[in-house]
Amino acid sequence: MLRNKLKEIDLSQSLIFLILLALLFTFILYPLIRVLYVAFTEADSLSLSHFINFFERALFKESFLNSLSAGLMAVIFGSLISLPLAFFTIKYDFKGRTLIQTLGILPLVMPPFVGAVALQLILGRSGVFNLLLLKWFGTSVPFMEGLRGVIIVQTLHYFPFIFLNASASLANVDPSLEEMAQNMGSHGLRLFRRVTLPLMMPGYVAGILLVFIRVIDDLGTPLMLNYTKMLAPQAYLRVTTIGVEDKAGYVICVIMVVLSLLSLWGAMKFLSLSEYAMVQRGGAGTPISKKIGGWRLVFVLVFCFFVLGVSLLPHLGIFVLSFAKVWSFSILPKSYTLNHYVEIFFRTPHFVKNTLLYCLLAAGIDVLLGSVIAFLLIRGKVFGKGLLDAIATMPLAIPGVVLATGYLRVFHGTNLPFFHQPLTSLWIILVIAYSARRLPYTLRSCYASIQQIHISLEEAALNLGANRRKTFFRITFPLMTGGLIAGGLLAFITSSVELASTIMLVPRMEYGPLSYGIYIYMQSAVGRGPGAALGVVAILLVATGTYLVNRVFAGGSGTAFKL
Amino acid sequence: MNKASEVRLINLGKKFGEVEAVKDVNLTIERGDFFTFLGPSGCGKTTLLRMIAGFTRPDQGTILFDGVEVNDIPPWKRDVGMVFQSYALWPHLSVFENVAFGLKERNLPKAVVQEKTLRALSMVNLEGLERRRPSELSGGQQQRVALARTLVIEPRLLLLDEPLSNLDAKLRIQMRQELVRIQRDLGITSIYVTHDQEEALTLSTRIAVMSKGHVVQVGSPKEIYENPKSQEVADFVGTSNFFSGSVVEELKDKLRVRTEEGVMLAVERQPELPLGIGSNLLLNIRPESFRISDADEVSSGENRVEGVVKTSAYLGSLVQYEVEVSGGKRVKVNLVNPRKKSLLREGERVSLTFSSEDVIAIPFGR
Repeated sequence: MLRNKLKEIDLSQSLIFLILLALLFTFILYPLIRVLYVAFTEADSLSLSHFINFFERALFKESFLNSLSAGLMAVIFGSLISLPLAFFTIKYDFKGRTLIQTLGILPLVMPPFVGAVALQLILGRSGVFNLLLLKWFGTSVPFMEGLRGVIIVQTLHYFPFIFLNASASLANVDPSLEEMAQNMGSHGLRLFRRVTLPLMMPGYVAGILLVFIRVIDDLGTPLMLNYTKMLAPQAYLRVTTIGVEDKAGYVICVIMVVLSLLSLWGAMKFLSLSEYAMVQRGGAGTPISKKIGGWRLVFVLVFCFFVLGVSLLPHLGIFVLSFAKVWSFSILPKSYTLNHYVEIFFRTPHFVKNTLLYCLLAAGIDVLLGSVIAFLLIRGKVFGKGLLDAIATMPLAIPGVVLATGYLRVFHGTNLPFFHQPLTSLWIILVIAYSARRLPYTLRSCYASIQQIHISLEEAALNLGANRRKTFFRITFPLMTGGLIAGGLLAFITSSVELASTIMLVPRMEYGPLSYGIYIYMQSAVGRGPGAALGVVAILLVATGTYLVNRVFAGGSGTAFKL
Repeated sequence: MNKASEVRLINLGKKFGEVEAVKDVNLTIERGDFFTFLGPSGCGKTTLLRMIAGFTRPDQGTILFDGVEVNDIPPWKRDVGMVFQSYALWPHLSVFENVAFGLKERNLPKAVVQEKTLRALSMVNLEGLERRRPSELSGGQQQRVALARTLVIEPRLLLLDEPLSNLDAKLRIQMRQELVRIQRDLGITSIYVTHDQEEALTLSTRIAVMSKGHVVQVGSPKEIYENPKSQEVADFVGTSNFFSGSVVEELKDKLRVRTEEGVMLAVERQPELPLGIGSNLLLNIRPESFRISDADEVSSGENRVEGVVKTSAYLGSLVQYEVEVSGGKRVKVNLVNPRKKSLLREGERVSLTFSSEDVIAIPFGR
């Protein structure tokens, strides 16, 4: 029995497995363990005293509640936007439907902290909207003040996660299941409540939880809006201003990890149920969507374009700002200039250059790791696959602030051999952080592409005389390249707008990437122009990447952003 | 059940874009009929069924239930029960909840829902499985749940869209018998869609053969099989050997026809086929109509064709031969119950005999 088991284990595979495990342990699990250790110990013995302290301090308690309520509100408002959008675009057939589906994912191509700046310009105290209100009605609405502003930015930025997941699961509901209910006498809202909604629930809930995780994780938006009474900015401030020895920062990190883990666990739980909605399709190519016209069409169009119009305001704002000479206390800029682009491309070109360098490296590392791990998970003959999978997926639930804190804790004090300085002083730390943060996405993409290669395709090649190596290079690899490219692109675009771990880990100004540049520029009034120009570059990068990912996936818009 | 309805379709038509899925269909489906739409995939049979259920709106024509037009009545008010090819069982509901769904929609009291649901489940022999989820059932059981769910609301009309196509062969035959039993017991008007001619022949009281959106022939299974009115029908229902030829001689109750291959065949004269000398005919002989005798054996059959065995396939209950007759034409010949007889070898000369009554004559151009 044991001998048979041992025979099934491949030695060279096991060696690779161990190397991978060591890598993942060093850069993902160990930093996290160190954070946990600090948070749960007092003078080297287990203790909950830091947590008790945390909840006794009014500021922390408020931050905790604020983060929760921001998550909740973003979910509620996001649902109010997304559910009708999803329902209309899937169930109704009308001109402009595809346009709405495409525009619906555009908010994701903008880093949220860029959106925060842009929305300040439009909805802020002296933004376009309030200036108009003042001019016409002599009043103004403080949209962007405090938590409210954070919630508005996050809702407008993250609602596509709900939209995409809800649309996907709605489109997957076998139309004959609804027809059967009609046949049994059910229709309208009752049909929706009794059959459609329960069937699309898994995807919808997954979308909700994804938004929640992102909101907890988001450091850029509160920082940009100068509202720090939330978990992520508190952790950031504690660690960066008081220092790596401050316990409270670690406690906040642990709380953030727990919240994300719970959400992630919930999302996966729900998503594993979602396949049940996808019974085989009925015979006669039943159309899912029906044509509408008249006042219903008008209502649908007005709703969709109003919602999308509002959610695309930040894009417009940042675009205008990047060309504006001066833009304050006026509805539109007084004059326009190209100077901001000259600034970022010729005077501070390192921001864009660094981004390209770091993110390409991170994407390459993720593709390499992701494909090897995926291959081992699916075809490998080694013990302990589950452990590898678990550690590689873990970063989904580790907020950027937490990972960065862990890195600072682990690597800050020790000099590397040969370099004579700690890892945290080298720019490579950013590449490592990005690779770790995005590994789950790439891994999933690789995993999916290997999984759909039926083993018989490889066996057919073996049967026709190709050896294992030839089979891998001529059959398996070509078949999985689509997934690899998509996974790499995904890692690239999400890394290029990563702010949380970036601002904590950038060792020196000139090592800073694009997101860091935007953050620095936006600190001063004169920097807003170049900051916006960098923002436009970021949007273009992400948009191009997203477009390419969807082309590669060929799964329609937004495949990359579904859980 | 005296709720059973009569269905009339008048000039019914439906286009999908440029494709005419259903064209000028005129049919009356009698109360209590087990009526089948039979045809190859893409012939419009499912579209026709979906129009009767109300899921697809006809572009032209009228659908009448008991003489009342239902074109504008939405599916949820038509009171027809449909069984989908995919069964369409709701995965989020248990077997009981699936079956009880329609009753709850009708706001029946709880006790009635309970009682009727259990009765429907016992009718399809599914007692004791109420709490299961559809995914925990076998294909045959899922099929029964789908049937029970539809029948429990006592619809005026039962629509079945290839309900047996996802079952394996044995189960399919068993479910066929059960379907017939339940339908006859309830007396419910049923409309069945299938591309399986055997299914259509065994289940139906009447069949409409469809092709390219048209109904090409309506009749009882026996009429359809024994007296197909066109090559299309003959070809689709059962296996056929076609010969084209022209009438060379008229006798009292027979016609003599010379085929293109030069074979002379005697054909029964039919009053509805007024054919004179020289008129062209398509002749069809079913494989089971032939008797095989040795080439030199004298036979008393009215028609006799000589040939050479080209292929043979032993199927247990029968042997299928392909025999090459004059002109190089191959005919399919079935020999039933080959138990005691020795099998013919390939290359062996045989003579095929068959009665003039077994020759189905179809006028050309039809």
